[in-house]
Amino acid sequence: MAYVAYTDREHDFAHPHSWVTKYVWSQDHKVIAIQYGLTAIAVGVVALVLSAFMRLQLGFPDTFSIITPSEYYQYVTMHGMIMVVYLLTALFLGGFGNYLIPLMIGARDMVFPFMNMLSFWFYLLSVVILMASFFVPGGPTGAGWTLYPPQAILFGTPGADWGILLMLISLGVFIIAFTMGGLNYVTTVLQARTRGLTLMRLPLSIWGILTATVLGLLAFPALLVSAIMMTLDNLIGTSFFMPALVSMGELQEHQGGSPVLFQHLFWFFGHPEVYIVALPAFGIVSDLLSVHARKNIFGYRMMVWAIVIIGGLSFIVWAHHMYVSGMNPYFGFFFATTTLIIAVPTAIKVYNWVLTLWQGNIHLRVPMLFSIGFIFTFIHGGLTGLFLGNVVIDLPLSDTYFVVAHFHMVMGVSPVLVIYGALYHWFPKITGKMYNATLGKFHFWLTFLGCYAIYLPMHYLGFLGVPRRYYAYEGIDFIPNSALMLNTQISTAALFVAVVQLLFFINVIWSLMYGRKSDPNPWGATTLEWQTPENPPAHGNWGKELPGVYRWAYDYSVPGAEKDFIPQNTPPRPGEKIEF
Amino acid sequence: MLVAIVFMLLVVGSIAFHLWSPSLGWWFLPRASHWDQIDLTLDITFWVTGFVFVAVNLFMAYAVVKYRNRGEDSKPAKYEPENPKLELWLTVFTAIGVAAMLAPGLYVWNEFVHVPDEAWEMEVLGEQWRWTYRLPGKDNKLGTSDASLISISNPLGINPKDPFGQDDLIIDTGIVHIPIDKPVKLNLRSKDVLHDFAVAEFRVKMDLVPGLVSYLWFTPTKTGTYDVLCEELCGLAHFTMRGKVVVDTLEDFNAWQSEQMTFAETQAIPAADPELGEGLYAVCSGCHGQSGEGNVALNSPKLTGMSSWYLEQQLHNFKKGIRGSHPDDIYGQQMVAIAGMLVDDSAIRDVSAYITTFPSTPSDSIVIGNVERGEKLWTTCGTCHGMEGQGNYATHSPKLSGQEDWYVRRQLEHFKKGIRGAHDDDRFGHQMMSMARMLRSEKDMKDILAFMNKLPTQMPGEQLALAQREGVEE
Repeated sequence: MAYVAYTDREHDFAHPHSWVTKYVWSQDHKVIAIQYGLTAIAVGVVALVLSAFMRLQLGFPDTFSIITPSEYYQYVTMHGMIMVVYLLTALFLGGFGNYLIPLMIGARDMVFPFMNMLSFWFYLLSVVILMASFFVPGGPTGAGWTLYPPQAILFGTPGADWGILLMLISLGVFIIAFTMGGLNYVTTVLQARTRGLTLMRLPLSIWGILTATVLGLLAFPALLVSAIMMTLDNLIGTSFFMPALVSMGELQEHQGGSPVLFQHLFWFFGHPEVYIVALPAFGIVSDLLSVHARKNIFGYRMMVWAIVIIGGLSFIVWAHHMYVSGMNPYFGFFFATTTLIIAVPTAIKVYNWVLTLWQGNIHLRVPMLFSIGFIFTFIHGGLTGLFLGNVVIDLPLSDTYFVVAHFHMVMGVSPVLVIYGALYHWFPKITGKMYNATLGKFHFWLTFLGCYAIYLPMHYLGFLGVPRRYYAYEGIDFIPNSALMLNTQISTAALFVAVVQLLFFINVIWSLMYGRKSDPNPWGATTLEWQTPENPPAHGNWGKELPGVYRWAYDYSVPGAEKDFIPQNTPPRPGEKIEF
Repeated sequence: MLVAIVFMLLVVGSIAFHLWSPSLGWWFLPRASHWDQIDLTLDITFWVTGFVFVAVNLFMAYAVVKYRNRGEDSKPAKYEPENPKLELWLTVFTAIGVAAMLAPGLYVWNEFVHVPDEAWEMEVLGEQWRWTYRLPGKDNKLGTSDASLISISNPLGINPKDPFGQDDLIIDTGIVHIPIDKPVKLNLRSKDVLHDFAVAEFRVKMDLVPGLVSYLWFTPTKTGTYDVLCEELCGLAHFTMRGKVVVDTLEDFNAWQSEQMTFAETQAIPAADPELGEGLYAVCSGCHGQSGEGNVALNSPKLTGMSSWYLEQQLHNFKKGIRGSHPDDIYGQQMVAIAGMLVDDSAIRDVSAYITTFPSTPSDSIVIGNVERGEKLWTTCGTCHGMEGQGNYATHSPKLSGQEDWYVRRQLEHFKKGIRGAHDDDRFGHQMMSMARMLRSEKDMKDILAFMNKLPTQMPGEQLALAQREGVEE
């Protein structure tokens, strides 16, 4: 039974007494969530700046004297790794997971608060190690975020001595941090739900975060072992991934290792990683759509099963990243089939989001704009995935800008739109203040349209065959001037979008200082986090007594009800039959 | 309302962009292989996904217009938790769409996996950062090879004891010819790291992986010259790893093939004779000095300390007009004339061997710049030229330490402007053109030269490379 009677009363729930235990060595999930969030956003800004440098080089190759080829590859690598792991994974799970899980399931905190605190500090340590690689001799690794050996640890790739080592160590520390956090999230969701909150009454945000965390716990170990094996290859000359080879004219002492083995391990982590980022976004966006359309999420049970099925399938599609890797080509049949099958539950999610809008009562507030924007970019990015997943179409498109455009659309822009939507949506809860809606709308429109102006044309560079990870393109006969022009346009849009993000930071700071006080439940939402006795919720979340749950999370516009929403902790009206 | 209008405009705009892009050159290149089935699968995918893109987004835009909140008089939302029938239909409909794309995809992949028996085989070897090719020769069979056999005189590591390898043709120019209309299987092999052989017009690509042999196949259907690009990140100079493949008629191909050297022939090149070279050097000494010390007044660079392979390569390039034929390259044109006096390859080898007998001397530093900043820029240069500027045969990068900065500067300027390196046959020059452009300002140039002036003159690596070559030839 999930419900724990002990925590019902507030007796001996230890509250922090000093400023340090409250805000630094805090064990409060809400403070840890904010710590995670701020760190992730800070490191994300670094990655954004790196991408601006890359786009300056690509769009204006002879105008700006900023980066050398070494730096270009280093920035490509760090941008990718930071965005995928240190920003998106950390922010969705460490940030939103931490903040939302206890509040949405009616718990006082995570079940292991001390470990939760450690998780953040290990995460911070991993970020510090990663950033340190900018300051070591040779700089950070330039092996690409996929870190493929042999080149990742051979001379000829920037950062092959210190950079790659720090990257691998940082990943190891990150995985330790994630494991401590992840075990906590799963245990908390399974064990600390308040009375009445069955699994099939959980908000989809929690389903997304829970499934993503399980994926992470199963997938990250594959990355950890490959990081350890590569470190051994690098430091003591083992040959896990290193065959006999001649590097820069010198025969190396390695023998018998397999570079393809690393790719299998990497993508066994790497593909679920896509869904570690996507599933929380799926869950959160479902809740945002439902709240702001004043309508229940359409097909809740189907949505839950789709999340679980997508999570399961995500473990048997990894080699679609490797169609042209030189692995046994017969794998292509299996992985193309599983990959295209995953499109079915994913498409169902999209249909259900759109059908949630249908016959709704749509309030186009800032979080809703971001959610609808997400549906659009996700449809686009999802459909282009069908090109790359269908093994034979991957032959012309693999390693071109089509791939870059596809994955930025599907796991860059789309999740980031959800993150922004979620930040605006829960801002009144987290801070107790309202954000500035006008600034928020500007932020949405400029970001959304700007991103489309970056990535739509980029697909067409891929059709042409323009390869990714090129510092410069001069001397390639088949690339016409019009394609270089397109690159300039893409860079202009990218720099514009980067600058526009200032609107968000201005909005946050302005609202914290001058924003009006928010109601405890400004959107009229049903889920528990909006029903706390204090706003923002205090340590322990629920005051004297935990809330009980009597219904699912989506009782919006129920016929015959007084208001257009019924909070989950509202007991049934006389004669009301609870369906969910 | 605004949202809906923008979404509709985006859908319409995307389609318009899609239809316009071919006329602007943002589209697939005309196909030059038999893989029309790949293009067909692609077309099917465009239709299916295009339909979904338009239908779902327009439906969403319509929903947003129709059901947007209009204040007090807005209709409440409908309470409809699920609709199993609709959900089932949508699932079935999606599954059919997916199958329509997957089925042809798998069918064509099966074609790709199975190489037809009548295909002829050749080898593509990738290394940092160039392509080398091997054709099977008369016996139509490639000899065995191994990484441990790789040396300067046997760059592909072909087993010298294997009779099948003797007549293999070694194509070390980065430009390979293949005959039209004959299916060809490319066996892909890498010396060092991952690479990827990609020709956009052929539609197929595949990684080269050290330790194993991967493959791809196609039938070329259109004569012409096509860019070969490396499309798997392979280190710093990845973006300069280019090559060409020329699809010829069978007659042209046979003519070209008959000019290529077999493995046995490359192994039988006689050793260079520095004593013969001494006589030939007399014509050089007028400008470059009695012992190769160079002469700034005559714009003649120093020759001491240069490796024989580099001197040979440059003399060969001058002789063929690959270097020095640009109208703005005044001193290069002089060298074209002089190099023409060396009658053949063996004369070039002899004079180069003689030049390597000169002792290395330190350079005079003229340029003043920020050495520390120069060192940062040097990370890129040193990757190929050696971190101490000692040069590296493996990347075909000459020694830079000890060279006079006025000369290096001029060459860098020439590379930047395409005065040197722009010739189609000058692939290493091409690479330098791409690389030199990272030095964008006068300051960059001064800083890098200031740092290079600090590089030590005598390089053990230089001697090593020479010893290796001599050792192999014995």
